[in-house]
Amino acid sequence: MDDNATTDQTSEAENSYWRENIRLLVSLMAIWFACSFGAGILFRDFLDQFSLGGYPLGFWFAQQGSIYVFIALIFFYVVRMKQIERKYDLDD
Amino acid sequence: MDTQTLIYIFVGITFSLYIGIAIWSRAGSTKEFYVAGGGVNPVVNGMATAADWMSAASFISMAGILAFAGYDGSVYLMGWTGGFVMLALLLAPYLRKFGQFTVPDFIGTRYYSKAARVVAVICLIFISFTYIAGQMRGVGIVFSRFLDVDITMGVIIGMGIVFIYAVLGGMKGITYTQVAQYCVLIFAYMVPAFFLSFLITGTPIPQIGLGSEVADGSGMSVLQKLDSVLVDLGFTAYTDGSKSMIDVFCITLALMVGTAGLPHVIVRFFTVPKASDARKSAGWALIFIALLYTTAPAIGAFGMLNFVDKVDDTAYSEVDEFFPMWEGNGLLAFQDKNGDGVMQYRPGAAFEGSPEYTGETGPSGERLLSNTPNADSANEVYVDRDIMVLANPEIANLPGWVIALMAAGGLAAALSTAAGLLLVISSSVSHDLLKSTFAPNISAKSELLAARIAATAAICVAGYLGIYPPGWVAQVVAFAFGLAASSLFPAIFMGIFFKSMNKEGAIAGMVSGLVFTFSYILYFKLLDPAANTAENWLFGISPEGIGVIGMLINFGIAIAVASVTKSTPADIRKLVDSIRVPRGAGEAHAH
Repeated sequence: MDDNATTDQTSEAENSYWRENIRLLVSLMAIWFACSFGAGILFRDFLDQFSLGGYPLGFWFAQQGSIYVFIALIFFYVVRMKQIERKYDLDD
Repeated sequence: MDTQTLIYIFVGITFSLYIGIAIWSRAGSTKEFYVAGGGVNPVVNGMATAADWMSAASFISMAGILAFAGYDGSVYLMGWTGGFVMLALLLAPYLRKFGQFTVPDFIGTRYYSKAARVVAVICLIFISFTYIAGQMRGVGIVFSRFLDVDITMGVIIGMGIVFIYAVLGGMKGITYTQVAQYCVLIFAYMVPAFFLSFLITGTPIPQIGLGSEVADGSGMSVLQKLDSVLVDLGFTAYTDGSKSMIDVFCITLALMVGTAGLPHVIVRFFTVPKASDARKSAGWALIFIALLYTTAPAIGAFGMLNFVDKVDDTAYSEVDEFFPMWEGNGLLAFQDKNGDGVMQYRPGAAFEGSPEYTGETGPSGERLLSNTPNADSANEVYVDRDIMVLANPEIANLPGWVIALMAAGGLAAALSTAAGLLLVISSSVSHDLLKSTFAPNISAKSELLAARIAATAAICVAGYLGIYPPGWVAQVVAFAFGLAASSLFPAIFMGIFFKSMNKEGAIAGMVSGLVFTFSYILYFKLLDPAANTAENWLFGISPEGIGVIGMLINFGIAIAVASVTKSTPADIRKLVDSIRVPRGAGEAHAH
């Protein structure tokens, strides 16, 4: 894939903006994966030995926690992207 | 006032509200019909998206699924919420920047091909009709259970209401009625949940209640108590699952990716003013959805605890009145296999099939059944999972207005989703098939008329499927998510992130993902249902989760084909550059 190649149409700012966006996306999607598939599924048995109130921890992640993390991820992305867009003067 | 009168009043008021909104927000142009004029506030759109997304199944069945599946039910909770992260981060802002009216619009333009557009339309129509039949059925069921109207009449009334606001108002009418419907449904869902949580744990917040101690002096938490009660009766512990880890993993992922690829959800993000609003709107949608989705596991667990407590080891002659009442609706049944007059609730089916009453009553007063008893199980109680939501207000002795609220809420959930689906079906016919493919010369006015005719036709088909549900409807819900995950999602994702993905690659990918997933589900669900067991599954993945493999096949084939065929034209690369940058989104425009 030649996605990062500079073409005639894209400016330097647009390329840096896009690279920064991709880096942010990769790290947020990693958290997305870790809290749902990681904590809620793959490592559930291990986490279930700890508890959060009356919830076994792995079970909590699967039925409550991952959803809260999802919300936080989206709003973090909203705020962070706005900053990145302003930095490169590309906001809408 | 008796409960029945209250139900008529509540349902009557909400229906008049929806019709009032529809008349106030009539659509005058194609842009208003397809994307509500493109100026919807992101929070309002988030609320409409939540109502659009939460169907009759979320409202009526989810808590019950969780109650009976325990940990295994987590696949739905994570799967149906995690997809919004993918939408907000990977698709929505770019599709909004692209700024046209439909999902096939994006695929057809980005892959510079009418064939790609038509493939996308086929996927969309198939996914949406599978989904909508269930909604219409849901409307009929709510009517028949709460209002003593038969299912056919209920579906026809529902069709009439949806007709008024979807055909008149298009996306504009739908958006504002969905906002009203969200308020009705969330209020109806939360009120009994607060009562129930307070009753069982002494804490009114259900999300906290589920992690608290039971207020019976036992010192056990709700989940510990539920585990021990169920294990004593011979069930799997509530917090343990019976599905394999790979299956849980794949079903969750297929539901997430499928959610992100569902056209009626994506299209909601075309209605906000800016690309950054699309991100914000997805966040708000998830907050509104999470309110219900984090409450559902609590309702499921409380309901199960309450149910076992009130039913198991109780003589039929002494059981609370909710039991005989819902017995009449076929949601509960008791077959006294050992003749002791006491109900034993154990694992396994009490008898074959769903209850068929003989019309006579037995020695304890229970309705007798003509079903063949299941000799392999000591279970004597038949429970429909929907009981956990529908009968909760009665099981917990809540006042009549709460029951009336439930009826209005269930209808709001079913109608809002049905309307959203009808809209994507009608716009894909009038806009993608007529305007963009087969009749490019039609005027905007005729296009709007065509959209209205298509919506009317789609309502009739959906109503027919609701009244005469083909046996396969319940079996193929997995289709909708699996197909969205394996066909539309990869095509849209690569369209944004892989500049070098070309027409040949995208079409080959969509077709192969679709054919693989379709055949796998078709084989196990319809052709050879007996073989639908873990030993026969590919890598131990059930038909519900197979969309993940279909998606991987789509990506693999698309990338392979794209690498050996002609590269993407320069103007398309320029298009991709422009959708990646938020500046200059403007309003959704005709092309």
